[in-house]
Order: sequence, then C-alpha cells, then structure tokens
Amino acid sequence: MRRISFWIATFVLCWVAANWAHGAELRIPQNATAGQSLTIGAGAGGTLYLVGPGQVIKRKVQGGEDVQISGDELRNAGRWIAIVRGGGGDQSQVFWVRPGKAENVNFLARPSRVPVNKPGVISGVAFVFDKSQNLVLDPTKVNFSLSVGSAHAEHTATSSNGVAWVTSSSAPKAGAAQFVASLPDVQVRRVIEQVASDPCNLKMKVIQREKGKVTVETDPVRDCTGNAVPDGTIVTFTQTDSTGRSVVDARIKKGIARAQLPAEPNARISVASGVVLGNEIRLGGGQ
Amino acid sequence: MGRILAIIFAIFTVALVAAGAIHKSSTATASTPEAAVQSLLADAKARDWQGAYSYVAKASNADLQNFQRDIQGRDASLRTYSSIDSFQTRVLRQNDDEGLVRTDVKYSTAVGPFYDTRDLRVVREGGNWKVVWPVQKEQTVPPQVIPVNYLRWDIIWRGANDDWGAQDVESPHVRILSMHPTERDNSVILMGEVVNEDTVPAFVSVGATLVGKNGQDLAEETSFDKTSHVLLPKEVSPYRVDFPGIKLADIKSARMKPDSMLVPASADPVIGVLHQRVEQDAKGHTVLRGELLNESGQTVNIPHVLATFYDNSGQVIWVSDGYVDRALQPQVPQPFAVDLRDELASQVHTYRVTVNQYSLNRQE
Repeated sequence: MRRISFWIATFVLCWVAANWAHGAELRIPQNATAGQSLTIGAGAGGTLYLVGPGQVIKRKVQGGEDVQISGDELRNAGRWIAIVRGGGGDQSQVFWVRPGKAENVNFLARPSRVPVNKPGVISGVAFVFDKSQNLVLDPTKVNFSLSVGSAHAEHTATSSNGVAWVTSSSAPKAGAAQFVASLPDVQVRRVIEQVASDPCNLKMKVIQREKGKVTVETDPVRDCTGNAVPDGTIVTFTQTDSTGRSVVDARIKKGIARAQLPAEPNARISVASGVVLGNEIRLGGGQ
Repeated sequence: MGRILAIIFAIFTVALVAAGAIHKSSTATASTPEAAVQSLLADAKARDWQGAYSYVAKASNADLQNFQRDIQGRDASLRTYSSIDSFQTRVLRQNDDEGLVRTDVKYSTAVGPFYDTRDLRVVREGGNWKVVWPVQKEQTVPPQVIPVNYLRWDIIWRGANDDWGAQDVESPHVRILSMHPTERDNSVILMGEVVNEDTVPAFVSVGATLVGKNGQDLAEETSFDKTSHVLLPKEVSPYRVDFPGIKLADIKSARMKPDSMLVPASADPVIGVLHQRVEQDAKGHTVLRGELLNESGQTVNIPHVLATFYDNSGQVIWVSDGYVDRALQPQVPQPFAVDLRDELASQVHTYRVTVNQYSLNRQE
C-alpha cells in the first residue's frame, strides 16, 4: 500500500511539474497566416518580441497568459522569431507565416503597342499577392483574356511560385485591345494598342494636271489585313524625268497620301512607304 | 611752358576730332577688279556695310538694305547665324572696262564652316572698279491662307502614382536597313539607312562601335547630324558615322546601336525636293543640285539636306549632307547643292534626298 501511494505521489508530482513546465514554454501555432490573428502562449511571462520581415511586434505578458496578435498586425509572410525575455529565462522560437489567400494581382503586359497579326508577340505576366502584398506561392489559377472589338481570346494559367504568364498573338484587327488578368475577386486591365502593319498593295493615280503641276494621290492605304495605315505615315512619291528627279515625302491624311510634282513630259512616278514599293505610272503614256 | 603745352594739347585734340570725323568716301576707289572685290569683302567681314556697299556697282540694282540682307541673311536663316571668316579671290578674266573675279568665301556658322563660291563681274564706273553684286531676289509670298491640318503626336507618359505594373508607352521600333563600311581620307566610315517601322514618331540616333582584331573596342561614334533624327512613321533616313584616324584593315567588326525615343512631333511641314540632278559645279566638282519647296504655310528657317547615293546593286555608297543658308519661304523654291565625291560619281546609279528642318516658331 505504501509503495502504491509512493508511485501515485510521484506520478502526481511529475504531472504537476510537467504541466508547470509546459505552461512556461513558448507555444506558437504552426499554421500562422498573414492577415489572420495569431495566439501565442508566452509561458512564464515577460516581454514578447516578434521579429519578422520588415516588422517587429512587442508585448508585455503575464505568466501563463496567451497573447493575441491581430491579423492587421501580422501582415508580412516569411520567417519570424518569437523571443520572450524575463519571467525566469529567455526563450526564442522560429516560426513561419504563410501568405494569405490570393486577393491582388500585379499585371505586366508587354508591349503596349504591337502590329496586327503577329504570332506570339504579346506577353502577360501576373504576380499573385494576398491583401498584404505577400507573394502567394501556392498554385493559383489566373484567368487572362484579350479582346479587341468582337474578337476575344481567353486562357487560364496556374501560377508557379507566385507568377503566372501567357503569350498571345496579336489580332488581325487594329484597335485598343483590352488585356485583363483576373482572380475570382479582382481583375487588372491593361491596354495593348494593336496598330496596322506595313502598307499592302500601295497604289496611286494622277488626279489633277494643271499650271505645270501634277497631283498624284494614293488609294486608301491599308495593310494586308485591311486595316487603315495611320495618318502621318510617310509615303514617298518619286518622279524621274528629263530635268532630274523630284521627291516628295507626303504624309497620309485621312487615309490617303497626296503630292504635287512638276508636270514634265515622259515622267515616271513611283510610290513607296518604308520598305514597301507601290505601283509606277508614266505621264504621257499608259500606266 | 604751360602755354606751349596747352597749345600742343589743343592741336592734338583737334587732330583727333578731325580723324574721327573722317568717313570713307561714298566713292571708294579700287585700282583693280580684284582689289574692289577684296575691299568689298573685307568691309563686309568687318560688318561695315556702308563701306562694303561703296564698292557695289550701280548696275547691281541693289540698295544698301538689300545688299546687307543678302550677305547677312534674313528670316532667321543659317546666314543670320554666320559671319565671313575668310575669302579668296582669283581673276578669271579682265580687260580695260570689265573683269570677272572668282570669290571663295568661307563663313563661320553655327553648324560649322559654310563655303560660297561666286564669279563676280567687276566693271569700271567713273574711273573706279565696282563690283556687280548679284543680289538674290527673294520671292515674296502673296497674302493667302494655307490650311494645314496635319496631325501631331502628343505623349502622356507613365505617372509617378501609377501602379508599378502599368506599362509605359512603348519606344518606337526602328531598324537598320543597311550598313556599308568604307575607308576615305584616313577615316573609317559606316553608312547606310535606318527606318522607323512604327506608327509613332521616333527620335533616332545611330551609334557604332568599332571592334579591333584583338576584340577590344577601338572607337565609338554617333551619326550626329549625318542623319535625320526625327523620323515619322515609315520614314527612311540615311546615316553616316565617321571614325577619323582609323584604318579599315585594323577592324574586326562593328557594333551598330540604333537608339530610338518616343517624342512629340508634327507631320508638318512637307518639303518637296524637286529637279534633282548630278552635275559639275564651277570648280569642276560633282554636286547634286535641286530645289526645295516648302509646301507648308510656315517659314522653315534652316533646311538641312541629306543625300544618299546608291550603286547599281542598290547599296549605299555615299551619304552627303549640306545646310541651306537661306530660309524656305512657303511655296517658294530654294536651290540647294550637296557634294558628291568625284571618284564615286561614275558609280552612282541613283540617289535619294531627304530634308531635315529647323524652325523657330514651330512647336514640336
């Protein structure tokens, strides 16, 4: 009976001691998440320091009490160290704070201006963040959509290490394309200006001959997919005749380029824009 | 003693006043045709317009104001930013009543030296030699309204408060179409053409680095004013990069670096280049001549002509440039001439002229 009492007393003492020791330990949950509240058992009490990426939190704690850290305070994900000083000894413990759920997207769309009908020229890169701007490393589905006019293309990419990306071709139709990266609750819009490509089938004709001058004019200048080449584009008219060569770098205005050249007999007039050649006409003869 | 000093000082003062009061006679004399031309140019160099004009023959039919403007320039042209640096004269022919003197005048201008060669007729007027100064008649434009509605490109850049992911406006895409190296006058010269492939205007600068046989960079230069810097969409410009004192044999390769920047610009003015032809100048050198026609409604103060010469395979064999020292009035043709190296004249199959312009009152 004595022996039994001895063992029971020993067990109770051990249990009390273990319980007391456990109460003096620093206890931190292993699933801390940025932006969410956190409860820390500060053991014997003293001053609790939480040192994280770009942030330090300090609390006075009584022995045996738990400390509540609010979600607004615990903003930064990454490696943190909890330190308790005083209250019978210093303790420290490393713990990790994970990013919260994906709530923000930063979206890089390149380029801002691109010729139409070019394969694989548009790239979109989305960086997924939580509400505290921590990069969300867990795979997250990001939806990309590119639309100009009635043409619409959509693609879903899963982020890897917080980054999701997509490449796309430019549409055959010129215009301001809306390039959108979206999460369920948020979307970011960029504009990709899709512009006409090089002129195609450049043609001109004589529209007037008077007072020693001949006026030549192009047909509406369009690229190979039918988009109007923007106003201001240079169209070069070159006339070769017996007096030499005359050149006018005309600008497209309202879709048409026009130039006045000296009216000389047997003149040959050609037209070009950039590296694209157009037709040639002869004055005084057939085209 | 004091009275003597006073008399001496009085005489000295009178002499100084008399010397200061002496003006050059309105009928300046020159004993030879060449002396008349030299005196005229010397006075013009000293900006003594009255003195220079005293050597101008009545047959010139030019008043002092026109004569002065002819030499000094007008309308903020390049001539107005220049002064006569030096001149040389040579008598081409002479008899008792008339002579012909070739003058080579070198002007110092804001863009480097400018050379003007004229054959001046000198006539005997009342026993003195006088220069028939051919004042260039400037055409005046009749009052009129010229509608100009070419577009401008303005730019809104990315702001400081924009989201960091927001893209800025893209720089224009330019491309070097060709590059041809050559060696002339103890210099390596890289030349070719560059095009603005984009739909927006570009400020373009072509730089080049020469790499030596051992792989080290030998020299780095840019095209400076041997190119059109502002290129509108699809505009093609020649470029020329000179490396003085370097031999082609010392070079392994060249790195070309076309830089482009988006700039606000206007599609105006349009300058036509008319009646271009290659011919010989008075000295027998080959030049490309033509006329510039400003088709806009504003004066172009300083035109800059760039000429590209091609051989029969279409390769650029020379790029030459020249400033026109007179302003381009709207709708008024203005002659120009740029040099072509004589040894290349026989190889030139075709050529192309483009015009840069600098205008005071234009907002880019």
